[in-house]
Amino acid sequence: MELAAIIAIGVLFGSGIYLLLKPRLLRVVFGSALISHAVNLLLLTSGRLKRGGAPLVGDVPAPVTDPLPQALILTAIVIGLGTTALILVLAYRIYQEKGTDDLRQLRGLEDES
Amino acid sequence: MSSLFASVMLPFILAPWVPALYRKAGRRVGFLVAVVPVSLFVYYLGFLGELGSEPVGFRLPWIPLLGVDLSFALDGFGLLFALLITGIGSLVVIYSTYYLGPREDLGKFYLYILIFMGAMLGVVTADNIVLLYIFWEITSVASFLLIGFWHTREESRWGALKAMMITVLGGFGILTAAVLLYVVGGSFELSALMENREAVLASPLYVPIVLLLLLGAFTKSAQAPFHIWLPGAMAAPTPVSAYLHSATMVKAGIFLVGRMAPLLGGTPLWYYTVSAVGAVTVFLGAFLAIRQTDLKALLAYSTVSQLGLIMPMFAAGTEVAALAGAAHILNHATFKGALFMLVGIIDHETHTRDLRRLGGLYKAMPVTAVLTGIAALSMAGVWPLNGFVSKELIFEAMLHPPFGPDVWTQAFAVLAVLGSAMTTIYCLILAHRINFGKPRYGDAEHPHDPPAGMLLGPVLLVGLVVLLGVYPYIAEGPIFNAAASGHMREEVHGHVHNVPVPGMPLAMSLIALGLGLWGYRHLESVRRAFDQVRPRVHANAVYDGILAGLDRLSRWMVRVHMTGLLRDYIAYILLVVFLGIGLAAAASGAAFDLRLDLAPMTFVEAVVIALIIAGAIAVAAFRHRLAAIVALSIVGLMVSFLYVQLRAPDLALTQLMVESISTVLILLAVRYLPPLPKEQDTARRKAADIALAAGAGALVAFLALMTNANRLFPSISQYFVENSKPLGGGSNIVNVILVDFRGVDTMGEITVLGIAALSVYALVTLRQRTRGRAERPVDDPPVAFDDPRSAARDAREGEMP
Repeated sequence: MELAAIIAIGVLFGSGIYLLLKPRLLRVVFGSALISHAVNLLLLTSGRLKRGGAPLVGDVPAPVTDPLPQALILTAIVIGLGTTALILVLAYRIYQEKGTDDLRQLRGLEDES
Repeated sequence: MSSLFASVMLPFILAPWVPALYRKAGRRVGFLVAVVPVSLFVYYLGFLGELGSEPVGFRLPWIPLLGVDLSFALDGFGLLFALLITGIGSLVVIYSTYYLGPREDLGKFYLYILIFMGAMLGVVTADNIVLLYIFWEITSVASFLLIGFWHTREESRWGALKAMMITVLGGFGILTAAVLLYVVGGSFELSALMENREAVLASPLYVPIVLLLLLGAFTKSAQAPFHIWLPGAMAAPTPVSAYLHSATMVKAGIFLVGRMAPLLGGTPLWYYTVSAVGAVTVFLGAFLAIRQTDLKALLAYSTVSQLGLIMPMFAAGTEVAALAGAAHILNHATFKGALFMLVGIIDHETHTRDLRRLGGLYKAMPVTAVLTGIAALSMAGVWPLNGFVSKELIFEAMLHPPFGPDVWTQAFAVLAVLGSAMTTIYCLILAHRINFGKPRYGDAEHPHDPPAGMLLGPVLLVGLVVLLGVYPYIAEGPIFNAAASGHMREEVHGHVHNVPVPGMPLAMSLIALGLGLWGYRHLESVRRAFDQVRPRVHANAVYDGILAGLDRLSRWMVRVHMTGLLRDYIAYILLVVFLGIGLAAAASGAAFDLRLDLAPMTFVEAVVIALIIAGAIAVAAFRHRLAAIVALSIVGLMVSFLYVQLRAPDLALTQLMVESISTVLILLAVRYLPPLPKEQDTARRKAADIALAAGAGALVAFLALMTNANRLFPSISQYFVENSKPLGGGSNIVNVILVDFRGVDTMGEITVLGIAALSVYALVTLRQRTRGRAERPVDDPPVAFDDPRSAARDAREGEMP
C-alpha cells in the first residue's frame, strides 16, 4: 500500500511542478493544489498506513492508525483552502489591473532589472 | 576604575542632546559642548606620571557567551592618545564655532564630533579586540558623516564614501584577524592573548593574522597604497581635517600597530612589512605633497608622509624607536593640528587655498603668518623646535634596526632622508612662499588676523611646538617614556635631547635640510620635474576600477537570477534541493538501506490510486481549462476517498468540504479570467519542463520512501492515543490533538485563515470602491473591446464560459 501511495505522491508532485513552470496563473493555481495533495499524502504515509482502526478511542482498547499526521494534515488542508482562495483573487485582480494573466508579461518594472 | 568607562561613554551619552541644545543656545553651543572635551582632558591629565606599562582597567560582562566583555584598560600609550583626543578636541570645538558660518547646522556637527570623540577614546582604551573593532568602525562612520558634512557638494559625498569604503575594508581585516586570534589564542581579551603569545607566534595562522591586522592599520593611517582616501577627505570642514585627519583618527592605525606589537611583533615579517610600507609612504606622500597647489591637499599628503614615518617606529620593538614614535605622535599632532587650523584661517580670510594666489601674508596677517612659519619649520625638523627632537630620535632608531642593519634597513633610511628633504621643500612653501614676497591675497582686499578665539588653538599648539622643542625634558618622563612603556609593556627609560649632538642622525637631518633648501630655491624646476612623473598604475584608478567592477558584478548577478519569472525561481529552488538532498543522501548512505514495512493493498485502493495518478497527469496535460478543473476535482475526490480507506475519516470529511469550496472558487475565478491560450512552447522547452517535473516527482517519491524505511526516532503518537480520553476528554484523537494538545497551533491556523479571508475581501472590494462600478463577467471582458484576439482565442478554444 505504501509503495502505491508513494508513486501517487511522486506523480502528484511532478504534475504540480510541471504546472508551476507554466506561465498562466490559473495553471499555477492548479499546480499548487496538486502539490498540496502530494504533501498531505506524504505526511500521512510517513506515519505508515492502516496500522489499526480509525483513531477513535472505543470502549475496548484496539490498535489505531497514527493520529498525529492526520491532525497535521487537517491543518494543512484548511490552510490550503486559504492559499488557493488568495491566489485566485490575486490572479483575478492582476488580470483586471494588467489585462493579462501571462507571468512572462508580469515581470515587474523595467528599471528593476 | 569605573570612571574610565564613564569617560568613554560620556560623549556618547551627551551627543544626542546636542541638536536640542543647539536649538536653545544657538551659535554659542560650541562653548557648551567644549565643556565635555575640556573636562575629559583634565580627567586624563590626572593620570600623568601615574601610568606606564601597568594599565588601570575596568571590566563589565557584555556578551560572555562570545567572550566579548566591556573591558577597558588605560596605560601610558593609551593615555597619550586620550590626551590628544580630548586636548585637540577641545581646541577644535572652540575653533569651529568661529570657523563654521551662521547657516551651518552646528547641532549636527557637534553631534558627530562627540560621537567620534567617544569612539576614538574607546579605541585607545579597549582591552578587547572585538570592542576595539566596534569603536574603530564607529570612528569610520563618524568620519564619513563629518567628511560629508557639506553633503550637497559632490566632492564631499565622493570623498566621504571613498574614506568609508577603504577604512571599512580595513576594519573587516581587523575583525577577521580578531576571529583568527580567538581561534589561536582562545580569547578576545588583549591581556589574555598576551599570555598566549607563544601559541600565536607558532600558529600557521600567524601570517594571515598579521597581514589582516596590518590591512586595518594601513587603511586607517592612509599608508600607501591606501593613502588615496585622505586627500579626498579634505572635502571636510577644516576643523574636522585638523582633528580627525591629522591629529587623531589617522593615528588609530599607528595605535593598533603599537598596541598589537607586544603580541604579534618581534618577527621579521612584522618589522619589515611595516617598515617597507612606511618608507614608501614617507617618500610618496612628500613627493605628492610638493605637486599640490591646494594648501589642504598639500597638508593631507604631508600627513600621509609623516604617518609613514611614525608607523615603523612601533614595529621595531626597540626602546629608542618606541620613544621616537611616542614623541613624534605628540609633536606631529601639535604642528599639524596648528597648520590645519591656520590654513583654515587663511582660507577664511582670503577665500582661497590655492597657494599660487597667496603671498606676502605676513604684512596682512602677521600673527597667522608667524604661527604658520613656526609650525611648518618644526615639521621640517628645524632646531630648536619639537619636530627636530623627534626626527633625531626617528633617524637614530632607523640606524639601529631590531634585526641589525642590512640592505633593506639602509634603503628605508635613504627613503626617509629623501622624504624629509621633500618635506623641507613643502614646509618652506608654507613658511616662506605664502608669507613673504609680492602680496597676493586671493579674493580678499585686506585680509587680517582673525579674532582671538579662533587663534586660541593655533597659539596654544604652536606654544607647545616651541616648548617641547626648547625643553622636551618636561614631557620625557610622564608622556614620552610612559607611552613607550605602555606600548612595550615594560618600563622604558629613554632620553630625549634637544641639543644637536654630532653623529649620524644629525648628519641625516642636515642632509635633508640642505637638499630641501636647494630644492626650494629651484622650486619651479623641481615641480616641473615631478610633474613629468606619470605612473602607469594609479591607486585612484584601481579604486575606481574596483568599484565599477563590483557594480557590474552585482548588476550581473541580479540580472542573472532575478528574472522576474516564477519558472526560473522554481527551477533554481529545485536545483538546490536536488543538490542538497542528493548530496546528503549519498553522504549518509541511508538511501540504499531501505527496510520497508508495507501494509496490504485492497482492490478498491488500487483503483483509487490509479485514478489519482491519471487525474494528476490529466490536470497537467489538459489544455482546456474546464477539463482541467474536472480532473482536479476528480483528484480531490479520490484523495478524500483514499482518506476513508486509510482510516482517516476526519481528513476525508474536511477534504470533501474543502474540495467542493475550492472547486466553486476556481469556477468563480475562471469566469473573470481569460481562457488558456494555445501554448507556444518549443518542444525543447516542453521536454525540459517535463524532465524537471519528473525529477521533482521522483525526488519526493524517493524522500517518501526514505522516511518510510528509516525511522530514526520512536513515534510520539502513542502518548496522544493513551491520553486523549483521560486528559482531553474526547474519543476522537485527531480532534483532541487539534483543539487540545496542539490548540495553539490551531489558533494560529484560524488566524491565518482570517487574514486570508480579510485579504480576499479587501482585494475584491478595493477595485469596486476605486472604480465605482460592479464587475463584469468574462463574456464582456474588459480587454475585449479593443482586443479582438481575445474573442478569437475564445472561439479557438471553443469554450462556453
